Amino acid sequence: MTLDDADLAAVRLTLELATVVTLLLLAVGTPIAWWLARTRSRLRHAVGAVVALPLVLPPTVIGFYLLLVLGPNGPVGKLTEALGIGLLPFSFGGLVLASVCYSLPFVVQPLQNAFEAIGPRPLEVAATLRASPWDTFWSVVVPLARPGFLSGAVLGFAHTVGEFGVVLMIGGNIPDRTRVVSVQIYDHVEALEYAQAHWLAGGMLAFSFIVLLALYTVYPQAMKGRRR
Amino acid sequence: MTEGLRARLRLDRGAFRLDVDLDLPQRGISALFGHSGSGKTTILRAIAGLERAPGGYVALGGEVWQDDARGVFVPVHRRALGYVFQEASLFPHLSVRANLEFGRKRVPAHERRFDLAPVTELLGIVSLLERRPDGLSGGERQRVAIARALLASPRLLLMDEPLAALDLRRKLEILPYLERMHAELAIPIVYVSHAPDEVARLADHLVLLDDGKLVASGPLTETLARVDLPPSFADDAGVVLDTLLAGHEEDALSRLEFAGGALFVGRRREAIGTHLRCRIHARDVSLALAQPQGTSIVNRLPAVVTAVAATETPGHVLVQLRIGSSPLLARITARSRRELGIEPGLRLWAQIKGVALLN
Repeated sequence: MTLDDADLAAVRLTLELATVVTLLLLAVGTPIAWWLARTRSRLRHAVGAVVALPLVLPPTVIGFYLLLVLGPNGPVGKLTEALGIGLLPFSFGGLVLASVCYSLPFVVQPLQNAFEAIGPRPLEVAATLRASPWDTFWSVVVPLARPGFLSGAVLGFAHTVGEFGVVLMIGGNIPDRTRVVSVQIYDHVEALEYAQAHWLAGGMLAFSFIVLLALYTVYPQAMKGRRR
Repeated sequence: MTEGLRARLRLDRGAFRLDVDLDLPQRGISALFGHSGSGKTTILRAIAGLERAPGGYVALGGEVWQDDARGVFVPVHRRALGYVFQEASLFPHLSVRANLEFGRKRVPAHERRFDLAPVTELLGIVSLLERRPDGLSGGERQRVAIARALLASPRLLLMDEPLAALDLRRKLEILPYLERMHAELAIPIVYVSHAPDEVARLADHLVLLDDGKLVASGPLTETLARVDLPPSFADDAGVVLDTLLAGHEEDALSRLEFAGGALFVGRRREAIGTHLRCRIHARDVSLALAQPQGTSIVNRLPAVVTAVAATETPGHVLVQLRIGSSPLLARITARSRRELGIEPGLRLWAQIKGVALLN
């Protein structure tokens, strides 16, 4: 016996979640990383620390506070209800939001490093060559920071696929809506269905290894070609 | 209203204070010369708008780029300038051609002043177009950077010690290109340097800076001939003369004419009629009251004393002379000055022991 329908649904949901979350992470993480790399504001240390919190906090803590904030009595919960979206906890949307918060440092930090490595000079050169800041970002910064975008996207995707605690806290365990692979494995193990747990767990292991291997292989080369 | 570059800049950065008021000509190369830390690069960056000098004023040919009194600050990318940094700073992700096109394609077609072909020709980089920046030598990279700046159709070219990061051979490789640019392009260039030879060779207008202040500003020949410059500039005192190669003598000497007289130098290879710039150090000029007889020195010219000033070197004075309309400096001992009775207005003879051709 291999994967049943519930397992496949969990895999599909996981990939869907990770894709949406990765795109959002790039959209949200890029301006934060850019600001952190360029600003001289005193707030940068505080913002950097907040972004890095998920690295050290147990997922239950983040999940707990997100539940409070997104719940019917939380500020965001009241807002989403007022907007007619309903409540986010125990929905796919809530899972996306929680995953974005939880995986943010995995995208912001490589991007910030890549932006810092570029330094101010290429931006100044572009400005003297008539490129506006927005133009410079797309024509100079993005190509030069490509390794940072690559590793940020890969890490963000992989980390979202691999999360468990936050999912359980915010998403619960609703088939087709919030039951991702990591939760499905937990269910199989609870039910002593070790064979099915093996298929999923082994798949996760292989996936994670291949992703990291690809990153470690491509990343240093990409970096070498871009530096100068 | 002035047609050149006007810049009033003040900056206070703790230990360093910049306070200058510049008025540079519309044509030719203006050199900002001074020791490191004198504020040359800061001035250049402030003119470009890369550095913000609060309360400053920058205008080129009547077009105001910054006037904080009226709340005007044109962002760098809207200023029609070219900037050559000390390091070429080519974009590593683009080919040489794409680097050159970067600025050019961002300038509206009707404002473009240079085409790729003549500029790459002028700077000798036609064969490099398809290469990547990493594969170029330092000199090649800097030439590409200069071409890239020109192709953005600047109305003002700012160059921040473009040769400082290069060894002597690369420098000598680039200087002729800069001279050609000077001769063939009708845009003003502001050239930052701390190398006297580069300045003497390239500049038309000289701005001397010391510790964030303007020491002197004027045409190169006149400014170099001043005797009231601070000691740090007077050490290496000497004048630069623009001459015309007028003829070759039978005894393997060439005759250079300048406003006020002629000099003889070892045979030159250039064609007659070529403009040559030469430098005469004050220490290579000696003075005599009567026309010197029985001397091996070929260049003996009648001159009038216009000023005398003390120098940093004990026991020596700097004498400013005029030969026709050209200035000359001589460094002699205070004793000789006393014995010969050298005072402004005195007519005498200058003997020139050495003439350095700069081209």
